[in-house]
Amino acid sequence: MSSHEQLKSAGIIDVKPEKALIFEMSREGRKAYSLPVCDVPDEEGLEELIPSSLLRKQPASLPEVYEVDVIRHYTELSRRNFGVDNGFYPLGSCTMKYNPKINEDAARLNGFARIHPYQPEESIQGALELLYVLQNDLAALTGMDAVTLQPAAGAHGEWTGLMMIRAYHESRGEKRTKVIVPDSSHGTNPASATTAGLDTITIKSNERGLVDLDALRAAVGPDTAALMLTNPSTLGLFEEQIVEIAAIVHEAGGLLYYDGANSNAIMGITRPGDMGFDVVHLNLHKTMSTPHGGGGPGAGPVGVKAHLTPFLPKPVVGKRDNGSYFFDFDRPASIGRVKSYYGNFGILVRAYTYIRTYGPEGLRRVSECAVLNANYMMARLSEAYEIPYPGVCKHEFVMSGRGLKEYGVRTLDVAKRLLDFGYHPPTIYFPLNVEECIMIEPTETESKETLDAFIDTMIRIAREAKETPELVQNAPYTTVVRRLDETQAARKPVLNCSC
Amino acid sequence: MTTQHRYIPMTEQDQQEMLQTIGAATLEDLFRDIPQSIRYKGTLPMSGALDEWALLRHLKELAGRNADHETTTSFLGAGLYDHHIPVVINHMISRSEFYTAYTPYQPEISQGELQAIFEFQSYICELTGMAVANASMYDGATALSEAAALASAHTRRKRIVVSRAVHPEAREILRTSARGLGLELVEVGFQGGVTDLEALRSAVAGGETAAVLVQSPNFFGCIEDLAAIEPIIHEAKGLLVVSSNPLSLGLLESPGALGADIVVGDAQPLGIPSSLGGPTCGFFSVAEPLMRRMPGRIVGQTNDLDGKRGFVLTLQAREQHIRREKATSNICSNQALLALCASIYLSVMGKQGIREAAELNIRKSHYASKRLGSVEGIGLPFGSAPFFNEFVVSLPEGASAKELNSKLLAEGFLGGFDLGSAYPELEGHMLVAVTEKRTKEEIDAFAAALGGLTKEARA
Repeated sequence: MSSHEQLKSAGIIDVKPEKALIFEMSREGRKAYSLPVCDVPDEEGLEELIPSSLLRKQPASLPEVYEVDVIRHYTELSRRNFGVDNGFYPLGSCTMKYNPKINEDAARLNGFARIHPYQPEESIQGALELLYVLQNDLAALTGMDAVTLQPAAGAHGEWTGLMMIRAYHESRGEKRTKVIVPDSSHGTNPASATTAGLDTITIKSNERGLVDLDALRAAVGPDTAALMLTNPSTLGLFEEQIVEIAAIVHEAGGLLYYDGANSNAIMGITRPGDMGFDVVHLNLHKTMSTPHGGGGPGAGPVGVKAHLTPFLPKPVVGKRDNGSYFFDFDRPASIGRVKSYYGNFGILVRAYTYIRTYGPEGLRRVSECAVLNANYMMARLSEAYEIPYPGVCKHEFVMSGRGLKEYGVRTLDVAKRLLDFGYHPPTIYFPLNVEECIMIEPTETESKETLDAFIDTMIRIAREAKETPELVQNAPYTTVVRRLDETQAARKPVLNCSC
Repeated sequence: MTTQHRYIPMTEQDQQEMLQTIGAATLEDLFRDIPQSIRYKGTLPMSGALDEWALLRHLKELAGRNADHETTTSFLGAGLYDHHIPVVINHMISRSEFYTAYTPYQPEISQGELQAIFEFQSYICELTGMAVANASMYDGATALSEAAALASAHTRRKRIVVSRAVHPEAREILRTSARGLGLELVEVGFQGGVTDLEALRSAVAGGETAAVLVQSPNFFGCIEDLAAIEPIIHEAKGLLVVSSNPLSLGLLESPGALGADIVVGDAQPLGIPSSLGGPTCGFFSVAEPLMRRMPGRIVGQTNDLDGKRGFVLTLQAREQHIRREKATSNICSNQALLALCASIYLSVMGKQGIREAAELNIRKSHYASKRLGSVEGIGLPFGSAPFFNEFVVSLPEGASAKELNSKLLAEGFLGGFDLGSAYPELEGHMLVAVTEKRTKEEIDAFAAALGGLTKEARA
């Protein structure tokens, strides 16, 4: 029984009530808006301006509430949500680092937030300069020759990169259609290949969780378009044989695509360009601290080596000899446009701000601390959980919860129990090749005390699993709702309130 | 001075203790798996660090070199509009429980975001008249490409017919993604500011067509006759895809009621700043039979163990992380924070406000169109087509919209979009947007400025 239920049955409190939908709060006649007055002639009926056949027969049934309702409603919703500012969020492969407040202030400056992409170029020179410098900074960071800032997210960047790879091969008169991905890769990799009109070949990892060179050699051939690789991998392991891997792919005529999801491990230490990659995307909402926003917006810029620059989406931002900046549309070999206007500019402003709080030495320190934190957690957690790939990890690592299965406790239960202690759980059941997987990424912005407290909690839960498994199986107890019936949700979908 | 950074808690002592626990002598030991041959030696040639005050000063200097909507009077739209943003929106989206959260994968501690998305989906269905909507897409333009992909997968046809009155950038993105998916694109021209129905009919008849893609109000601001377009594609057993401005749907008949199968668009008019074009928020809604083919995230209602209402991400079998190479879309995020802006906007507006806002846009733009149309040398080539808050003007012979806009800027106006940059046949034409924010005085002043400048050019 949850503590709330005990309090309820003792008559001390009511059970935590259901939160009303905004639609359920509506009362006819209330309003929360204040619109400009109509100071133009309004004698004509609306039907004289727009034929009545084009007008709605039924008004959209939006709620009628007043301003305080709006504030209380969304404030209450926010209280039912958990972000990095609420506590530790060690979600593997998502890099849930602190989102600096200055980034938010920067993006809200009128000169950034209230400008239009079709304004005369001379009236947005400050914005163009920021974009131009950010292109160059990201190129330097990744070891690439040019960068497009257009893609809106990591997956969008993957697709953009693969479209460029495809255009490159086609420009050389070669028909290469196969994209090789390791079995530990993120699901977007093969999905991006499909939407770029390419086929996926999945290769097995070796016993160390790394690319199996023999399997790679067997997979490459005259039809190889690219190898997509995350390095460090989703297991948090660096591909020690990356130079050999790059040689195998390049000798077969293929290109190397770097999925930058895990870049937080390597800034200033090594660069995808120096490892042999031809194309890189970065997730600015991971590595560059821009907030995840509850699922977006993000930004997924893509960097390329010189041989791929003709294919970059257009426009890119250029600089003239006289020092002014411009949108360069004159790119005949471009794959075209991938996003309206110039990408998620507001996110790019935040990322630029972040880079300038650190500079290159600071970014290197970010990666060092991220890696140190992850190794420390792995070392301490190895006493209670199985570490399938011991040794050093990079910014994240995986554990297996399969040791708890004999007590009837699954990794999902461990994750749910963590909620009772005020933590966001790690990523679970990914990558798919580790049984009962728990994937932890602490990031550099967490202190040793935070890590220790979380580790102690994880060890405690492992003990609970042995001693009182039902306690873990029935968790969580302290949240506004208990475990939810996902099967019902999928079987009989209720996807809007149909008010 | 210390090199300790304010975002990083690691002290020298922490580092020593942690290395000891790991059993490593130095930090370098943790990087021994990275070959020396690929190590970066030296300092990356990137922008340097600035202290907080200096950084703020630098950012304000950059921002100050942009002419923003507070210092100019905007008549520029073309997909992004200068609407009033109710002040409560920024207060609510600045709550960091919302903006510092990731995707709501742990529903018990993400009910706030999940409910917000559920309400967003409900709002979109109300406006579009469709059965279901998803949690949002990158923007309206990419949503349109995803709609084409869905239509192709559903009908097992490869041919997409798109009106040239659809936003030029949306069509550019469509071209890029059609190449990826192997779709055939057929463009249909316009007549009097709206899609040429005869040309549309013959384009649809020209092959097995998966879908017709139109925008209404279209790029020129004109309202398409969806009731006339609908039978053309449905008789050919293809889908009708409509891209719409959600604010216009406060008054205009919903595309769902007119037979659309997929309705997409950009929620920017609903309380989202223009921000040089991004981030905004695409919406995506479909008729019931297409529900399980929808891309992106979807939130559904369910119950918890105690029978209490709650919300979860659902129908995930559609998504890329399950389907991998069999997925028809690779999207694995949404624009949650911007969807929240749109939801708060619609909560503020409500049933009456959304109608009033739409009506203000219609009245002010119609006044402006009359006013500009009476300026000597300026014409209204699509004057007979009904329009929402945007209209096309023709400039006097030989006048360049680009040059005119630079001069207008000097007088404090952001002039209309230079149509010649996207439609060669509309060289010397400008697309003028008028939102509820523009006053009669501003409209009159804009007409006077335009009149003065074009007269000057003619003289």
